[in-house]
Amino acid sequence: MKVLKSLGIDAGSTTLKIVGLDEERQIVFSIVEEPDPKIEEQVDALLREIGTRYDTASAKVVATGYGSNLLRADEKITEISCHARGIYEYFKTGGTAVDIGGQDNKVMLISENGKVIDFMMNDKCASGTGRFLENTAWRLKIPIEKMADLALKSDGEVPISSTCAVFAESEVISQLSRGHKLAHVIKGLHRAMVKRIGGMIYAIGIRPPLMLSGGVAKNRMVVQMIEEETGETVLLPEDPQIIGAYGAAVLGL
Amino acid sequence: MGLVNQIKYLTLYKIIGTAVISRQTRKSLRHYRLPRGWREDILAPPLRIGAYTQQMIAKHYLEGRYVNGVKPVAWVTSGAPIEILKALGYYILYPENHGALCGARKVAQEISEEAERDGYSIDICSYARTDIGTALSGKTPVGKLPKPDLLLCCTNICQTVLYWYRVLADYYEVPLIVIDTPFVYEEANDHDIKYVKRQLESSIEVSEGIAGRSLNFKRLKEVVRASKDAADLWLQCLKANRRKPAPISVFDQFIHMAPIVEKRGDPETVDFYARMLAEINRRVENGVGAVKHERKRVLWDNLPIWYRIRFLSESLAEHGVAVVASTYTNAWGELAPLMDVERPVESMAKTYTYPILNRGTGHKLRTMESMIKAYSLNGAILHSDRSCKPYSIGQMDQRLKLLNERGIPALLLEADHNDPRAFAGEQAVSRLKAFVEMMEA
Repeated sequence: MKVLKSLGIDAGSTTLKIVGLDEERQIVFSIVEEPDPKIEEQVDALLREIGTRYDTASAKVVATGYGSNLLRADEKITEISCHARGIYEYFKTGGTAVDIGGQDNKVMLISENGKVIDFMMNDKCASGTGRFLENTAWRLKIPIEKMADLALKSDGEVPISSTCAVFAESEVISQLSRGHKLAHVIKGLHRAMVKRIGGMIYAIGIRPPLMLSGGVAKNRMVVQMIEEETGETVLLPEDPQIIGAYGAAVLGL
Repeated sequence: MGLVNQIKYLTLYKIIGTAVISRQTRKSLRHYRLPRGWREDILAPPLRIGAYTQQMIAKHYLEGRYVNGVKPVAWVTSGAPIEILKALGYYILYPENHGALCGARKVAQEISEEAERDGYSIDICSYARTDIGTALSGKTPVGKLPKPDLLLCCTNICQTVLYWYRVLADYYEVPLIVIDTPFVYEEANDHDIKYVKRQLESSIEVSEGIAGRSLNFKRLKEVVRASKDAADLWLQCLKANRRKPAPISVFDQFIHMAPIVEKRGDPETVDFYARMLAEINRRVENGVGAVKHERKRVLWDNLPIWYRIRFLSESLAEHGVAVVASTYTNAWGELAPLMDVERPVESMAKTYTYPILNRGTGHKLRTMESMIKAYSLNGAILHSDRSCKPYSIGQMDQRLKLLNERGIPALLLEADHNDPRAFAGEQAVSRLKAFVEMMEA
């Protein structure tokens, strides 16, 4: 039975992520699930199941994310520290890390030795977060994973001026009712979201390289537009969604 | 009517009310108990002086209930030059202080909604909404506010007050004195000070007319002396925090600043701060810190978040973070040296032109930098106050300059001083915790 040294749990607002590390700091497994309302029970069940497959007796459990309050963990660390550590551990370099999550965007400046020098998060508004795209995808009955494809294939773009996740939805409907093509509108929606993220990156001051994490980083249109917006080449982990949980697990080692 | 008011004032406030409040103070001092749920593990007990703070506030508002028809009543902005009114015997009410009290008692939202129902936008300052809401509905946690006979509005804190006080003047149909203070970018010009001085001089006649008496310059000097002495003692209370551990926190300062704002110019306020300073000095002698296990010391910029003071205090103290200095509480002490008892009106003109909010963003940055040095601070929390644009403007650049030029981590915390609807608790806690982790890394 493989021995786990550390378990990182990222109980986010939109997804629950768990990563297990062995003593060589290698990722043994990762889990991404939708969170249940009773997240503590969901995590307990998952940990029990993990315990049947791996030796977790000596594993330290580190939790992060908005849902971490109720979780039983050896340590609770904020998402900023976890994402920053996750991205630093992954790319082994300092720079600017951008995490685009379900309801939170975080921009972190990481020093050469992995310390967080500065950070910024969206405070009271979900503009520019995953929810921005999700709301419209749901309204248009398009699977979220198809949004990027539609935008990438689009031969045009309709500007979406609203930065509000709720109002953008009605703006999209309004643009469609004026006869604009769906793909053009979807591409415009991506642009509006990226402009908002770009604003945060500039506000904190970009230091290359630019590294992305979070579920939305799986959207290729978003990544491409961030590169266009900033003029920087983006470093993207293989699975950007688990970086927070991975960082939490690394901090537990 | 006048006689009935006089009798009520004398019996219900002067004799019975004052006696009851004083008895409560003595009782709470004799049987000192920690507030319910006080986190003794992370915080020192509240200052004993708190019993007197409560007493002063209680007496002030109790007097307000019975003062109409007995003394002339003026409603004034927080940075208004009140010494002339004080010398003329006015009872002075500070709607902003009343607003803060409503915030701390967690009723500001309900009262603001009264103003919003009447058409006042949610984008207007939450103090203004709280005050107008009280005026319209009569709702207040202090029982009843006296009606104003005169309004005094000084633009040295913001321009909102100008429109707010015009609304009040219209509503109560009373005269409004506006003291317009030119904005100070670096240093005020002589003609700026002369301009303010002339406005102060021409306000005397209106104020005398309503008070029904003439201004006695000897009395004015006494009031200016009391203002100066109290402000000076307040500043000494704040400066005690240069010691490690800091004897009081900025959250304590937020509570005990009430007298320096609303009882400025009274001899009892001087006594109050002398007593407070003595208690703080005892803490310093005994090495008592406001935050037990003080590990990091930070600055607070901008107004308090009145409805979450204890929550924020505990959230930070849990991590050994003491909020040691604040540009806001400092604002009521830093101008004390400008007051000159021998030249009361002229020195008032200068003093009231120089508040931090009437000066450029560069000045605020320099103030923060010097406080960071003087108080040995590790970081700064900049409350981006949705309601207070003059205080919040420039914070994005100030934050970056503190970080990049001084190596001081700084957090921008979005909230509102009085409207809890603009405060996201989970987000705030998560940012504060990340900020602490960043300082410790």
